Amino acid sequence: DLQSTNLVEVCMALTVVSQIFPREMIPAVLPLIEDKLQHSKEIIRRKAVLALYKFHLIAPNQVQHIHIKFRKALCDRDVGVMAASLHIYLRMIKENSSGYKDLTGSFVTILKQVVGGKLPVDFNYHSVPAPWLQIQLLRILGLLGKDDQRTSELMYDVLDESLRRAELNHNVTYAILFECVHTVYSIYPKSELLEKAAKCIGKFVLSPKINLKYLGLKALTYVIQQDPTLALQHQMTIIECLDHPDPIIKRETLELLYRITNAQNVTVIVQKMLEYLHQSKEEYVIVNLVGKIAELAEKYAPDNAWFIQTMNAVFSVGGDVMHPDIPNNFLRLLAEGFDDETEDQQLRLYAVQSYLTLLDMENVFYPQRFLQVMSWVLGEYSYLLDKETPAEVIAKLYKLLMNDSVSSETKTWLIAAVTKLTPQAHSSDTVERLIHEFTISLDTCMRQHAFELKHLHENVELMKSLLPVDRSCEDLAVDASLSFLDGFVAEGLSQGAAPYKPHHQRQEEKLSQEKVLNFEPYGLSFSSSGFTGRQSPAGISLGSDISGNSAETGLKETNSLKLEGIKKLWGKEGYLPKKESKTGDESGALPIPQESIMENVDQAITKKDQSQVLTQSKEEKEKQLLASSLFVGLGSESTVNLLGKADTVSHKFRRKSKVKEAKSGETTSTHNMTCSSFSSLSNVAYEDDYYLNTLHDRGDKELKTFSLNSELLDSESLTELPLVEKFSNCSLSTPSLFADNSMEIFHPPQSTAASVAKESSLASPFLEETTEYIHSNAMEICNNETISVSSYKIWKDDCLLMVWSVTNKSGLELKSANLEIFPVENFKVTEQPGCCLPVTEAESTRSFQYSVQIEKPFTEEILSGFISYHMMDTHSAQLEFSVNLSLLDFIRPLKISSEDFGKLWLSFANDVKQNVKMSESQAALPSALKTLQQKLRLHIIEIIGNEGLLACQLLPSIPCLLHCRVYADVLALWFRSSCSTLPDYLLYQCQKVMEGS
Amino acid sequence: MIKFFLMVNKQGQTRLSKYYEHVDINKRTLLETEVIKSCLSRSNEQCSFIEYKDFKLIYRQYAALFIVVGVNDTENEMAIYEFIHNFVEVLDEYFSRVSELDVSFFNTVFHGTWQAHSSPYQEPIDELPKICSALEPQQACFSPDSSFKGAASTTPIY
Repeated sequence: DLQSTNLVEVCMALTVVSQIFPREMIPAVLPLIEDKLQHSKEIIRRKAVLALYKFHLIAPNQVQHIHIKFRKALCDRDVGVMAASLHIYLRMIKENSSGYKDLTGSFVTILKQVVGGKLPVDFNYHSVPAPWLQIQLLRILGLLGKDDQRTSELMYDVLDESLRRAELNHNVTYAILFECVHTVYSIYPKSELLEKAAKCIGKFVLSPKINLKYLGLKALTYVIQQDPTLALQHQMTIIECLDHPDPIIKRETLELLYRITNAQNVTVIVQKMLEYLHQSKEEYVIVNLVGKIAELAEKYAPDNAWFIQTMNAVFSVGGDVMHPDIPNNFLRLLAEGFDDETEDQQLRLYAVQSYLTLLDMENVFYPQRFLQVMSWVLGEYSYLLDKETPAEVIAKLYKLLMNDSVSSETKTWLIAAVTKLTPQAHSSDTVERLIHEFTISLDTCMRQHAFELKHLHENVELMKSLLPVDRSCEDLAVDASLSFLDGFVAEGLSQGAAPYKPHHQRQEEKLSQEKVLNFEPYGLSFSSSGFTGRQSPAGISLGSDISGNSAETGLKETNSLKLEGIKKLWGKEGYLPKKESKTGDESGALPIPQESIMENVDQAITKKDQSQVLTQSKEEKEKQLLASSLFVGLGSESTVNLLGKADTVSHKFRRKSKVKEAKSGETTSTHNMTCSSFSSLSNVAYEDDYYLNTLHDRGDKELKTFSLNSELLDSESLTELPLVEKFSNCSLSTPSLFADNSMEIFHPPQSTAASVAKESSLASPFLEETTEYIHSNAMEICNNETISVSSYKIWKDDCLLMVWSVTNKSGLELKSANLEIFPVENFKVTEQPGCCLPVTEAESTRSFQYSVQIEKPFTEEILSGFISYHMMDTHSAQLEFSVNLSLLDFIRPLKISSEDFGKLWLSFANDVKQNVKMSESQAALPSALKTLQQKLRLHIIEIIGNEGLLACQLLPSIPCLLHCRVYADVLALWFRSSCSTLPDYLLYQCQKVMEGS
Repeated sequence: MIKFFLMVNKQGQTRLSKYYEHVDINKRTLLETEVIKSCLSRSNEQCSFIEYKDFKLIYRQYAALFIVVGVNDTENEMAIYEFIHNFVEVLDEYFSRVSELDVSFFNTVFHGTWQAHSSPYQEPIDELPKICSALEPQQACFSPDSSFKGAASTTPIY
């Protein structure tokens, strides 16, 4: 049908294509649809563009070579075709706005024509010219102009024009106005436009029409992040909206308030949110709101009592639907505390007291999560109580345990709490009763816990040392190698038992026995996907319950407990202190501006008072009061940084570090684990390995930064050294992996002189390296009067090496020049050693090397970063740069034989075929292949008659095979790979190469 | 981005539904009942936008018929609100005073004769890629007017 001459048939075919075509079938029809872009009838052109838009949505890689044609569509004589192409552009610009800056002018002209009424009358809707088209264009402009002054300047005029034109009193003009406001606030600001936009918002918010009010609130929510003073102007309206009968309006208002929350108004706002929370029934709303409240409470809590009360409300309402992070974070805060020890104690004490009162109430149902939190806190901190003895607390917990409505998971939490309390309660009947009750429980998990408790209870001394008071954050030294079992193992061996073999070894042995039956490919794939090595005796540790403990989880899986000990060690003494001190500084600096804000607000309110004195009723007064409490802290320039930006605000309850976060996740997983210990053991051991690896990575990075920071060297290395030693002690189960690496990295900083010497010698090896590999020409990427930076790429076999060389042009020496790369999601960028030399002499050149590894296939990506340096006179400066990387930089020849090619070819599932016309100069196969080899770095395996075999790989190791065949002047390319996107990309590159030359 | 388009009457019977994202057939009925329930529970004074789960509903009532559009967060509510009205105007023009009965027989009409029909109204071009393939009221209805010249004439792009 696509090839039919009947217009209707082609239309139908294109419609069907855009509706139901699966990804795999796109290549088959793509050329046909591309042809349709040149069709004489505009409806066909438009439908073709829409079909391509659909393709772009499902497989962006396959249509990227026709971007040029989209540009043609954008310039189409027909409005419909142009409008259709906007969808593609909106999409592409959303993904990467920097690539389309040059089109800004075109969009602006189009919008100007639309706004100016140059369109056919058919496009008018209630005498507004093409409103939806305008909205689309405004949205595109907003994306393009974001943080870009030059591009933004182009659009000021047209935005002004649309704001002016859209004054008709009709709904659709409001829609345009809303979009305009949105755009004005997203692009680089211009005061006149902002003023007009603010006026528009005012009109919206004050409108009696409910839909407009909603729109106004939404706009305000967006705008408030840039300009908090606007909220002050409309505070009374906002208060009215807060009491609005329509819950949707109410919710939107709360969203707005959430954005302007600060330390002073948090109580009122959270109270309003809780009120709404109590009324709402819908689960989704509850989850959402509970998360927000918890976040606000953690950030801005004014005092302990309030914090605990709020969290109690959150837990009891949010219950079991809320995100598991919330209780985890809360418990961590309690356990780790903040800077002030006495305050921590008070907080904990208050928490314990409030939970006890809550538990005292009869016939109240609490959600399971809340009960879990309670039981943990009680188990951990009831020693702070004066009045009630541990025995009484245990009695309460026991009552809960006997309750049928409590889930078995919660019961494990409860038992853990009881276990923790038992050593403090000297002798307790309740415990005995509990043990008696649960050792015959049907639930294996519960029974396990009860037995543990029983054994510990018999040996009070051990129990006390095992479960010390208030040690949830302390570290435990654990013999992870289980050396105390060595005797047992030796005995077993001497009695003729078979030595223990790790899992992977057993697997291999089994495999080798069965090999006769196996075909070779099987064996290969098995051995390559082997298991991460695990050192020997860990597997036999079943039943060695008493080898370690943690007060945190009560008594659980021993292996998992060890993990916690290790983690804590690092978190506590590692790089955490730095962060904490920063927090301290911030909170110290904060109070001063706040006071001045208070004054400002007072003034604002009194002004308002005066103007409204005549009409003020009692109700009004109340509202004013509410307003003043809500908008405290807004309205002066200095507060801008208090709003929205979480980083600059002093988090009272700051998240400590990523390590800890990872930990909390793991802790819960261990909590959730059913304790049939044998089956979970391997699991845990695996986790163990995994964790050590990640930990090791982190440590690695940390140490590296230390080693580079020569000033910090002495002080830091002293504290770090014992730590690392401890570290490797703890991780004996993977000693080879860990100890080696950490020590190696650690050596340089031990003597400053040595490291400097090493660094300075690094400049020369780099030169040697360049000769070994192919590299691109140096290209200057940025410069200023003092330095110039040029970069080039070295295509090493295993990675892409980026080299930035910094030349000091000035006559002065530069101190501590440093280069940093902004993280990009698709890459892993690692610094090569020796990149920071404290001093760069005058007129000399330094180079920084980074190896770049690809993590996710992409087509084009920008790597950017900056250079910071100090001049002699401590004046520091920064210079930003960016470099384009294409996937081609990560393609390497794959040298394999024709047989291997055949085997691989059959094993790959993703293939792409395409015919390419060759230019005259390279009509013969060998010359064509030569071009591919040179330009794309493909490896030519063999040429058989008019067919050719080529192979390449995408780093680190994704192979891609190419089969070519020549008919007359057409080259048929056939790609196959294990990666689905790679063939598309390579095809695109091949087309470019073949057509280009 | 529009996620679905529904026409439901006050009794909760779905007259027309079009999904632009895959939803299981079983889940569709569930979704439709919940959506219409939340729309029916609202009075005239309340606003026509509802936040429902992670997306927004925009509805408009015409006699006993509700038209509900589900959109994601980034959409401009008012634009959609007017788009519904535009849609109804187009229907009205085609059926000359559209009623629910028309809509009931709509499905067959929709996928059949509409392809050949030409309406003087411009289908909202904003939503075209999402909707045009299902309902295509106009066929090359705009004459190339000389006043609009596109972007090419004023700014050379290449």
